[in-house]
Amino acid sequence: MADDKFDAIVVGAGPAGSACAYVLAREGKNVLLLERGDSPGSKNVSGGRLYTYALEMVEPGMYQRAPLQRRIVREQIMLLGERAATTIDYFDPKFGENIPQSYSVVRAKLDDWFAHEAEAKGATLACGVLVDGLVEENGRIVGIRSGDEEMRCDVVVAADGINSFLAQKAGLFSDIEGHAVGTGVKETIELPDSVISARFAVKDDEGVARVAIGCTDGISGGAFLYTNRGSISLGIVFNPVQAAKHGRHIQEIFQEFKMHPAIVALIDGGTTIEYGAHMVPEIGYRGIPERLHREGMVVIGDAARFGINTGLIIRGMDLAIVSGLAAARAILKARQSNEVGPLYINQLEELMLLAEERAYKNFHGIFEIPHLFREVPKLANEAMEFLFTVDGKVPTPMVHGLVDIVRHNLSLGQMVADGWKVYRSI
Amino acid sequence: MSIKRLTPEEALSADKFNVDEGHPHIIVDKTICARCTDRACLVICPARLYRLKDGQISFEYAGCLECGTCRVMCSEGGVTSWNYPRATFGITYRTS
Repeated sequence: MADDKFDAIVVGAGPAGSACAYVLAREGKNVLLLERGDSPGSKNVSGGRLYTYALEMVEPGMYQRAPLQRRIVREQIMLLGERAATTIDYFDPKFGENIPQSYSVVRAKLDDWFAHEAEAKGATLACGVLVDGLVEENGRIVGIRSGDEEMRCDVVVAADGINSFLAQKAGLFSDIEGHAVGTGVKETIELPDSVISARFAVKDDEGVARVAIGCTDGISGGAFLYTNRGSISLGIVFNPVQAAKHGRHIQEIFQEFKMHPAIVALIDGGTTIEYGAHMVPEIGYRGIPERLHREGMVVIGDAARFGINTGLIIRGMDLAIVSGLAAARAILKARQSNEVGPLYINQLEELMLLAEERAYKNFHGIFEIPHLFREVPKLANEAMEFLFTVDGKVPTPMVHGLVDIVRHNLSLGQMVADGWKVYRSI
Repeated sequence: MSIKRLTPEEALSADKFNVDEGHPHIIVDKTICARCTDRACLVICPARLYRLKDGQISFEYAGCLECGTCRVMCSEGGVTSWNYPRATFGITYRTS
């Protein structure tokens, strides 16, 4: 092997790329990990929660070294009306007791740490390198191009994120379509840790993950809130196709949500220190391209459109890490370069990533229920108002009152149609 | 500063950008945009960099959050080229 040729070039030092580079370097492979940002994570935005099992799969105990924010101990679902809000709060101090289930994360910290872990195992990390193209020879990908420079390798691992330009350049699949993505916007709001802990009723190392509906002006989508150390991540993911038809600017709808009385109460006194946006793969299994490899290249992470969103559970980074591990194992097992791709798919099956995706394959149907994003949260709040009102008058019989509220918001036909969609989806 | 409703410009002023002056990473052809009726870009660009001026689409690449939504949602092909900014340019996220 020539000195200047790598066993693998990993493009993109996000969780997928760094997991792959880490495992390859640990097993003695000569790996180049390229990142277009000045530092890993500097081009990335996520809602902000990582399910810890994925790091455990890479290496037991690894999560203990990671710069994680707060261990999520409260899971909350919020239904927003115009002024009112109803929040369901699930708390179990023993949930994920041995290996915690999930943590809030800040990507600039997490990604930087992970890439340097790979570097410590022997991978060569180069930041500020934008990969412009691929080098092909005899129908096989043999390297990458960045500006005038060519770098050669046995396998290119495309971990270049949701825009997946490398896979497109390789002819594996075409650009992602609007219906298959969500567009997320997010503000990071700085607040003292003591204030965050008090407002969310957690200890200083514990945190809250919250999802909310009823805040998108009827557009398919939902909000998220994660508590970090010294900050709160607050954002909304919109279906861009519906948002485009809707006609109101998404940043304006987000600001309206941020100023909702029930939200302001949580972030009051804070300072917005960053505004970001990112696309997320939104339709799960059905959105995964058929071809994720060709000779000399595999596609992992967001670039491969791995994602699971049940409305309550939103996963991307963990699947990215698992896919990076799968690619690394495939590269380690392959005796010839043409074996890498098929072995990668085998590993995605063996590590259960594809099985999990399949288990949720119809779930995105839920997000097509139009009434879920306005009428359902509205009627929930009206029902609460009815149930909690005491005004010295003779109350409407409870069942009648509730049925009236439901009917006022949804017709019987709509309810049947919505119920059928839920049934079909889950 | 306490919590308040932010305009896109105010929100972007919290971000760290290194603008590649003279090298737009996204090219928009206004003559194509002129025949577009969807104009999704006007509402789905999170940074609100697409604006309507005298009936024409105008676009400013400084302030781009590099999400890709405008490219994906462009129905007439007015976004003729969409690349990441050259290395070291564009946004640097610090806390997202």
